[in-house]
Amino acid sequence: MRGLLAVLSLHPQVSVRPEPFGALLYHFGTRRLSFLKDRRLLEVVQRLDGATSIEDALHDVTAADRPAMRKALQTLERTGMLR
Amino acid sequence: MRLVEHFAAGLDAPICLTWELTYACNLACVHCLSSSGRRDPRELSTAEAKAVIDELQRMQVFYVNIGGGEPTVRSDFWELVDYATAHQVGVKFSTNGVRIDAAAAARLAASDYVDVQISLDGATAEVNDAVRGTGSFDMAVSALEHLRDAGFTDAKISVVCTRHNISQLDEFKALADSFGATLRLTRLRPSGRGADVWDELHPTMAQQRELYDWLVLHGEGVLTGDSFFHLSAFGSALPGLNLCGAGRVVCLIDPIGDVYACPFAIHDEFLAGNVRSPGGFQQVWRHSELFAELRQPQSGGACSSCEFYDSCQGGCMAAKFFTGLPLDGPDPECVQGYGELALAGVSVVPKPSGDHSRAVPLTLSVRRPDRACDQSPVLS
Repeated sequence: MRGLLAVLSLHPQVSVRPEPFGALLYHFGTRRLSFLKDRRLLEVVQRLDGATSIEDALHDVTAADRPAMRKALQTLERTGMLR
Repeated sequence: MRLVEHFAAGLDAPICLTWELTYACNLACVHCLSSSGRRDPRELSTAEAKAVIDELQRMQVFYVNIGGGEPTVRSDFWELVDYATAHQVGVKFSTNGVRIDAAAAARLAASDYVDVQISLDGATAEVNDAVRGTGSFDMAVSALEHLRDAGFTDAKISVVCTRHNISQLDEFKALADSFGATLRLTRLRPSGRGADVWDELHPTMAQQRELYDWLVLHGEGVLTGDSFFHLSAFGSALPGLNLCGAGRVVCLIDPIGDVYACPFAIHDEFLAGNVRSPGGFQQVWRHSELFAELRQPQSGGACSSCEFYDSCQGGCMAAKFFTGLPLDGPDPECVQGYGELALAGVSVVPKPSGDHSRAVPLTLSVRRPDRACDQSPVLS
């Protein structure tokens, strides 16, 4: 697992399409489709690119929600959507 | 709300869509979903097709499944493929292999954004050619050889499951493995010319069970396009959404720009609009009355009291429609047997609303010929 200060960003071959429930992510390289089931997670993912660290991108997520968000980011990293 | 319920209520754009580029085809498969053969004079021009791609890019439709007809016989086929991939619309195309020579294979191997599906409906020439026409097995295998030799990785072998090839599932898998390809199995539908051969080609109940067991065993390594969710009523759900995506997460654009709810439903009843009309595809996807209706919560009708309704969702809308069954009742291949019961009460099946089959000039004799008749009764 990455440390709190690590930086993650969207893989350049990944396209993000916002949807009412959250977003669809498609990786043009792996052809993998993923779903973000939460609009707030979409906001975090969109903030990653300008963020100095994962924690920075999570700054306005409540402490209670952070573990779930970190876990979701980890899954996205494992599947190659983030790197 | 669960994710699948969001999907059922419709998305801002399809996850993917099928786009049939032409009704022209060099083959005349007996089960063709789109009754293809002759080119339609109203076919979208290159400029119109590019405008559709621009729109798909704006809507962020990630990829299109291109088919036909035989899409590669369009003279602008590669131009459109290149245009799509240059505009963030990935391409998966289905072909019988007719144009996949060494040069085409090399071109495909050089692209990161194009997937190829070679259609094959028998693991042997005998079984395949009976459905797809003489020489079609060799043509498909030759295309696979060219792709392999060019270094194209992970081609797909796309199989429509019929009564004559269910017993060949292991052979199909071995064939795919031998080419480093992935097997893709889909369901036969009584759509297009498929209506004419449905009774003789659709798998028997015992074969449906065989297919289900095979998919449970091999599910991970085999693609199905979410085709077999009606089989989920045998037990545990198969991988996938297990949802009819028609007009909700998928749709079809046909060669003349007509937008239908799904690739298996080319009929006026499921026509939502045309990409040439004002507002284009986006207007049709977001505002057509038909799609709005399909995104309403569906009633299980006669199926709602069945304990398996949650897993099979009543099966395939197109399969029901083209066999004359009500849309809110069992699928004709309902594995609990309710489809067969319902079919016994069907007296009228819908007439097709279009047909691009090539005319076969045939004079059928009422007496036996004097000598062995050398003419093919099916191929012109």
